[in-house]
Amino acid sequence: MLRKNVLKRDFVDDKTKQTKNDFVDVLQNSPEESDGDSSDEELVEENFSSDESELEFESDDDGNYVRKEVIADENETSDVEASEKSDDIEDYSDDDLSDSDKIINKPDSTEIEYISERNDEYNNSDTSDEEDIRNTLGNIPMHWYDEYKHIGYDWNAKQIQKPVKGDQIDDFLRKIEDPNFWRTVKDPQTGQEVVLTEDDIGLIRRINSGRVPDSQFNEYQPWVDWFTSEVEKMPITNVPDHKRSFLPSVSEKKKIGKMVHALKMGWMKSMDDIKKDKLLKRGPKFYMLWETDTSREDMRRIHDPVSAPKRDLPGHAESYNPPAEYLFDDKEMKEWNKMSDEPHKRKLHFLPQKHKSLREVPAYSRYLRERFLRCLDLYLCPRAKRMKLNIDAEYLIPKLPSPKDLQPFPTLESLVYHGHTDLVRSISIEPKGEYIVSGSDDKTVKIWEVATARCIRTIETEDVVRCVAWCPNPKLSIIAIASGQRLLLVNPKVGDKFLTKKTDDLLSESPKSDQLETDRIKTAVQWETAEKHEQIKGVRVVIKHFKVIRQVTWHGRGDYFATVMPEGANRSALIHQLSKRRSQIPFSKSKGLVQYVLFHPIKPCLFVATQHNIRIYDLVKQELIKKLITNSKWISGMAIHPKGDNLLVSTYDKKMLWFDLDLSTKPYQTMRLHKSAVRSVAYHLRYPLFASASDDSSVIVSHGMVYNDLLQNPLIVPLKKLETHEQREEFGVLDVVWHPMQPWIFSSGADSTIRLYT
Amino acid sequence: MRRPKKYESGEAAQYITRKQALKKLQLSLHDFRRLCIIKGVYPREPKHRRRAQKGASDIKILYHAKDIRFLLHEPIVWTLRDYKIFGKKTGRDRAIKDFRNLKRRLDMMPEIKMDHVVKERYPTFIDAIKDLDDCLTLMFLFSTFPSLRLIPREQSALCRRLTIEFLHYVIASKSLRKVFISIKGYYFQAEIKGQKVTWIIPHYYPFKPTTKAEVDFKVMSIFVEFYTIMMGFTNFRLYHSLNLAYPPQFPGSITDDEDTFTDESSFVSERISCLNFDLLKTDKTVLENDDDLEIDYDLLEQDGDSKKVLRMKQEAQETKKLKNLFKGLKFFINREVPREPLVIIIRSFGGRVSWDKNSYPGGTFEESDESITHHIVDRPSMEKQHISRDYIQPQWVFDCVNQKTLLPIAKYLMGAELPPHLSPFVDHKRETYVPPEEKALRDPSLIETHEQSEEESAEEEEEEEKLNDQQLEKAFQAERDQMDDGEDEEEDDENMEEDDDEGLDENEKKRKNEKKNMAVEAGKVHKVNKRAIKKDEIEEHRLKARMVKPRHRNLFRKLIREKQEKDKELWLMTKKRKNVEADAKLKKKAAKKAKKQAAV
Repeated sequence: MLRKNVLKRDFVDDKTKQTKNDFVDVLQNSPEESDGDSSDEELVEENFSSDESELEFESDDDGNYVRKEVIADENETSDVEASEKSDDIEDYSDDDLSDSDKIINKPDSTEIEYISERNDEYNNSDTSDEEDIRNTLGNIPMHWYDEYKHIGYDWNAKQIQKPVKGDQIDDFLRKIEDPNFWRTVKDPQTGQEVVLTEDDIGLIRRINSGRVPDSQFNEYQPWVDWFTSEVEKMPITNVPDHKRSFLPSVSEKKKIGKMVHALKMGWMKSMDDIKKDKLLKRGPKFYMLWETDTSREDMRRIHDPVSAPKRDLPGHAESYNPPAEYLFDDKEMKEWNKMSDEPHKRKLHFLPQKHKSLREVPAYSRYLRERFLRCLDLYLCPRAKRMKLNIDAEYLIPKLPSPKDLQPFPTLESLVYHGHTDLVRSISIEPKGEYIVSGSDDKTVKIWEVATARCIRTIETEDVVRCVAWCPNPKLSIIAIASGQRLLLVNPKVGDKFLTKKTDDLLSESPKSDQLETDRIKTAVQWETAEKHEQIKGVRVVIKHFKVIRQVTWHGRGDYFATVMPEGANRSALIHQLSKRRSQIPFSKSKGLVQYVLFHPIKPCLFVATQHNIRIYDLVKQELIKKLITNSKWISGMAIHPKGDNLLVSTYDKKMLWFDLDLSTKPYQTMRLHKSAVRSVAYHLRYPLFASASDDSSVIVSHGMVYNDLLQNPLIVPLKKLETHEQREEFGVLDVVWHPMQPWIFSSGADSTIRLYT
Repeated sequence: MRRPKKYESGEAAQYITRKQALKKLQLSLHDFRRLCIIKGVYPREPKHRRRAQKGASDIKILYHAKDIRFLLHEPIVWTLRDYKIFGKKTGRDRAIKDFRNLKRRLDMMPEIKMDHVVKERYPTFIDAIKDLDDCLTLMFLFSTFPSLRLIPREQSALCRRLTIEFLHYVIASKSLRKVFISIKGYYFQAEIKGQKVTWIIPHYYPFKPTTKAEVDFKVMSIFVEFYTIMMGFTNFRLYHSLNLAYPPQFPGSITDDEDTFTDESSFVSERISCLNFDLLKTDKTVLENDDDLEIDYDLLEQDGDSKKVLRMKQEAQETKKLKNLFKGLKFFINREVPREPLVIIIRSFGGRVSWDKNSYPGGTFEESDESITHHIVDRPSMEKQHISRDYIQPQWVFDCVNQKTLLPIAKYLMGAELPPHLSPFVDHKRETYVPPEEKALRDPSLIETHEQSEEESAEEEEEEEKLNDQQLEKAFQAERDQMDDGEDEEEDDENMEEDDDEGLDENEKKRKNEKKNMAVEAGKVHKVNKRAIKKDEIEEHRLKARMVKPRHRNLFRKLIREKQEKDKELWLMTKKRKNVEADAKLKKKAAKKAKKQAAV
């Protein structure tokens, strides 16, 4: 039945749509008619949008349908409904508003009765749309009959023929001719044309304008209260209550009994209990999670847990009433304000404040933010375990014996040797320690008496004196002076007269050389006896070099000496033999810019320092023994320990390197004692002392003890910084030399003085 | 054997970026964050970042791969997924307005179980106590919150309950050690099971809303979610260690949520009133016997290292004394004083405390009680004062605790200018500058000098008065001179007698003169030029410092720089202090002058 109903519904919809369209035709036609202008196409597009009319059609069709149903079911329901009819009498009498509903509810015993009812109904309600149905097709889409000539069947089961359909011209002619054309509607069921009456048109217009369709209906009739609002004090009916209402219901009693039992047994719970349970269930439950304070259960944990560091505890500055010095003064306040863009750089993360009493302390405005940042730190900040050094700076300074225990060493400046007019590049001491020779940029060489600081002799040369070296052999009194390109061998004529004479004799006659010298040597070096005017000064032999000589050094015995010409390429280092007046070029290939050469005190070895490295050659075997790696940019000088196992190297990059030749080719210790380039270093011959001179115009005396025990490393202790030289431009102290016997030191500086420290 | 590819082993395999972790765990960033906070998983700092990031040089958030694998097995992950589904379904119900279904669903809301996480993060109880600092500080903050959009009201209610429970434990166990009033809030430090636990109670003021950019409550709420659970278990164990019943029963209506939520101020007063009651004991037969618990130090002393033992003994005695610092004292807190911190302090050191019953509930005795010893006031003056009690400012209580003695109240009287409040947390090894006030407190001998200076100032004041009253005195003396004319003769007689005594002593005088002549001239002491010696020493030290090993040189320089900065700080502070003192003196003088002028 329900399904049927739905089907029916669809039909109704279709039908109503159709009729609706027809109505639209009519309605739209009427004003057009009056205008005298019409177009069908426009009409189709217009929509009819009144709900009321639709409802009306629907209800109408429903009524028809239900009516039929009721007829079908009447036999079954007649008995029951007959009884109900009597009860509902009152309702019927009152209900005039909806007739169709009444029809649905009304049970009819006979058809006649029904018809009479229907007649009554037509009499007192509007039946304008209730027409004589001649077509018995029912509610089917009419286009099913499009192909046929007939349109359906009438009551007598005869075909209803479709009326002759005129063409558009006919329609148009009729429109012109027929004054009732605008009110003519085609009945879809019969195909007949129906002319609408005045009443019909009025009805349609009312519907279209949204008014009540019935023109007779008074919208504003006075309101009659059906249920009175007044409360009656007495009952309206006098019917006494039924006995049942006084007696307790047995079934309910049973039900309640069951409930009580269930409550008692705990099967059921009251609403309050349920609410309470819910509340109890809501919060977390706590119990004894840890059995003891320190015992631990083996559980999987995160890998290698690092606990977050605790926040710093507050200092005095954070107090609400700090000591006055913790408050910011104007300068600090300015600094604080300046760093408002980068608050993390501030010294404190808050502004210290002083309040007179606790009452005046306000809430800290950044408190919430700080807590939030801490939370962020806890879950977002990467953690790692770091070793934190908590040591004093003193701890890093190596434990060295006190200088007081390592005396004697020079501590005071005792003499100053004035006389030179330009920087004194080089000094050298007589083997006995009585005289000292100095070479200067003012092109002179001066010989001084050590004890009195008196200049004994001044030897003028033709060029800048870059190096002087006193022959270490005490039986000879010769000074080698490197002046420009010439190397002068000078007899200083000081000290033992016998010795000077002997030396003069030795140098006066040149030995005959039986060996022929190669061109390579000849072009580099020429030995000459000094000329007359130079002989007077003391110059005995002149060795002319092809390039400027930077350094000259003697072998320990005093027969051989070596010169260095940094610009000489592969002939930059030369070894000369005094007794034979012969020169050699030990290297055929240059391994770099040679800076410094040195003879080993005992072994026949030569140390050659290029800018970066030091090479040690065996002079007898004529081969490389060792190459020392300095890791420095530019070597300035060297000194070898009298025992021959340790080498001290000074560099222009502020470092001093101590090489233990037995140990390794790398420095045993690198010292950065000076603040500027180190110019020269020197070992004392007897005492365990060494000194270094630097461009920061200081001489540093250090203790350098070398033990005979091979297992014990040398002990190096800086002892004293002697800082009396004056700075000239960027030069400070240029050369340093120890006294051969005493713990005294000489230094020559850019301030054109030589100083003695004792 | 296959040669391993680059970044397949070693540090690169050890770490995993956050993006990878999210992919592996199949979680959204929100859920991952939540999981990390609850489980305590944090990013790691690799030894070689570039290697750990497979050659990428930008900084990424790296997690340990093992940690992420560990999270993979966590049941909470499933709860989080359930939660996501729950959110979708309830959202749908809400959208189609199916409220019946919605209600049914809301009852079945998935809950995250965190009990096992607490145990896993803190395998021993001591571990949990060690990590209590942040937990307490955050929970005290949350307990002041009203119900916010992102913070469920149950959470803040739970925070309130748990913090009060904790405070009760601190009071009952007398474990409070240090207190401090900072501009940020009140710092408290308690010693629980040998661990120092520090927390902050912010200055109580109504909640001030902040922007989301500044504070994200969601993150904090997740933290609190875990902390409440942890705190609950910790409280449970702490209470049981003292034989107290847990959860404690309070006389007030702290558990009545409806009341406390409606009125914030009434809640606060309830909260404080709760603190003023003793807790129920589970076992009433156990007496409070602290002595039993203490270590027998005499036994320890035999082991040697007696200095250490002595110090320990001394410390134990001090703490014992501190625990009963306010025993027998009765405090009354005036209306304007913040009560909460004071109640905590006074109660945990054995004092009794009360306040005006009419304004706030929970007061135990009346203001008119004659046995009250201290009345805490924070206003310049009061109309009605009792003679039997001392009127002091709240700072006295704090300073007493930090000093572990009852300080003289002279400086803390009502309306007096308070001495500076010093922090008890300062590490003397790290902090170079020590304010003179602290020095005085540390060394009692310095206290006297400090007071002496005050006395001097008092004398000065007296002198002032003298000067002021000079004219009066002159007049008075003139009168007295006239009166004393008669008595002068007697004085002359006395002088005569003294002369006689001198005659007798002439021999002695001679001897003395002889002695004087015999005196040996004092030899001149060889003066050592201290400055020169010091200079030499500095020079020597500098040379030595140059011998620092090359590999330590940078560290050495850093340490030296730090030291120099510290010295500079010290110098700056002392200078500032001097300036301040000089200013104060000048002001005093100016005031004096003004007074004098006024007198003239």
